Amino acid sequence: MSVDLVLFGGLALVTVLSALGMLFSRNAVYSALYLIFNFSTVAVFYLLLSAPFIALAQITVYAGAIMVLFLFVIMLLGAEQAGRTQPTWWMQPLALSLAGILILEAVYLIATHRSSFPVLQAAMGDFGNPLQIGELLFSNYLLAFETVALLLLVAVIGAIFLSRGRKARQTQSEAKS
Amino acid sequence: MDWASLIEWTVKSLALILALLTGFAYLTLFERKVLARFQVRIGPNRAGPFGLLQPVADGIKLIFKEELIPANADKIIFILAPIITVVPALVIMAVVPFGPPIQLFGRTITLQVADLNVGILYIMAIASISVYGIVLAGWSSNNKYATLGGIRSSAQMISYELALGLAFTGPILLTSSLRLTDIVEAQRNIWFVLYQPVGAFIFWISTLAEVNRAPFDMPEAEQELTAGYHTEYSGMKFALFFMAEYVKMIAVSAIAVTLFFGGYRGPFVDQLPILGPIYFLLKVVGFLFLMVWVRATLPRIRYDRLMAFGWKVLFSLALGNAMLTALGILLADTFQNPLWLWSIPVMTIAFFLLVVYLTRGSIAGGNR
Repeated sequence: MSVDLVLFGGLALVTVLSALGMLFSRNAVYSALYLIFNFSTVAVFYLLLSAPFIALAQITVYAGAIMVLFLFVIMLLGAEQAGRTQPTWWMQPLALSLAGILILEAVYLIATHRSSFPVLQAAMGDFGNPLQIGELLFSNYLLAFETVALLLLVAVIGAIFLSRGRKARQTQSEAKS
Repeated sequence: MDWASLIEWTVKSLALILALLTGFAYLTLFERKVLARFQVRIGPNRAGPFGLLQPVADGIKLIFKEELIPANADKIIFILAPIITVVPALVIMAVVPFGPPIQLFGRTITLQVADLNVGILYIMAIASISVYGIVLAGWSSNNKYATLGGIRSSAQMISYELALGLAFTGPILLTSSLRLTDIVEAQRNIWFVLYQPVGAFIFWISTLAEVNRAPFDMPEAEQELTAGYHTEYSGMKFALFFMAEYVKMIAVSAIAVTLFFGGYRGPFVDQLPILGPIYFLLKVVGFLFLMVWVRATLPRIRYDRLMAFGWKVLFSLALGNAMLTALGILLADTFQNPLWLWSIPVMTIAFFLLVVYLTRGSIAGGNR
């Protein structure tokens, strides 16, 4: 238990620091790297909760696939140096007030539910076992699963349509001229 | 957690890393020798008998080379990039079993560093973060050729990762487990390559693209990009990129052997467990030879065709393969007869021929 607590404390520190680094670094590539680091530490949190499936999915999807695309776009557009353009006037007050609401909620919850929070538990049986996750996905959460599948299919078709549409438009305009 | 198992894990991890690093050194020699034979030359034969000390000589030379850091490079990332490239290559082998459990000093020792119940996901996770080293190396060098190489490699690896991930589904569906030891044991009687010929083909092609080997070595195409992402690297930092590429070759060969070619399984392994690692090594060397053979034979393909091939041909093939495999297993379940599993190779090969026919213009010959 104490080893877990030390691990948790160290990880939490790293997570918060990497999130802050993401926010405050001037260079967009560094921001992306901090975010990748942050996602990986979150994956280690899942491992601490003995949920290896979710931990590795987190690394594959977020730290791997999505952040590679972020880096790719940053490098392709040469948008490393942030801060050249002024942010829109309503962005900062809105972000600050939303953050304030979040902090207030968190403080309220911690103050009122202080005793009822479960302590970090070492292992919860077979929780997070791939077999169980598969069975749950195809029984209790079948509707959600199929909805996500439909959403992804629509997204794929949308991507194909958008890229095709642009090309077709180009050839049309070329034919006219 | 007792001391004995702690020592066991440490010894196993160290042994694996040492084996991979020695394997890397001699794989370079193996590649040069085999390439030389393909080109009717002799190959390195000066350092030691049959040139066996050549890797040592190369290593010593690289250590004593001057290391340059370009003037406007991003120093931290420039130094970090080779490390980020090497580490995933070394740790990806941790879940691959290279032999059956053996009895030693009264303990049962599994010949595998970690027997995860999500072993395949672990491989996919590590494979998906291994692209960062190359991308960051390209970007931090402050050199347009290097940046282009890095961007190319990220686009290429993202594209081929999809087909790779879908090729994993074949063995998973046939075993109904994500644990690699289960997958190996399920191939006790028959190798999965016979049920999954198309799956193994897709897997192998996309791993060639993932490790940036010829004919997919776009990120370092020397005619267009001088040396791609490692143009500005020299000395040991360059050697680390080189090491990562060869260690990845070994790792993907080992994974391909485990998923499709029975892993450490072979005749008499149950009676004599020590034969397991030997079979495993022989199969891996066979795959490495195949990779060198491909490099010696095929020219590099053009970049737009590489992307077209990945998205239009390989991805659709992999999707169809996953679906037809599931259908074959469903048929076998419904009729309670495992012979229906043989419908999978029949259907997938028919689908393969269909896709090849439909896309014949988009890979070779046809215009963009």
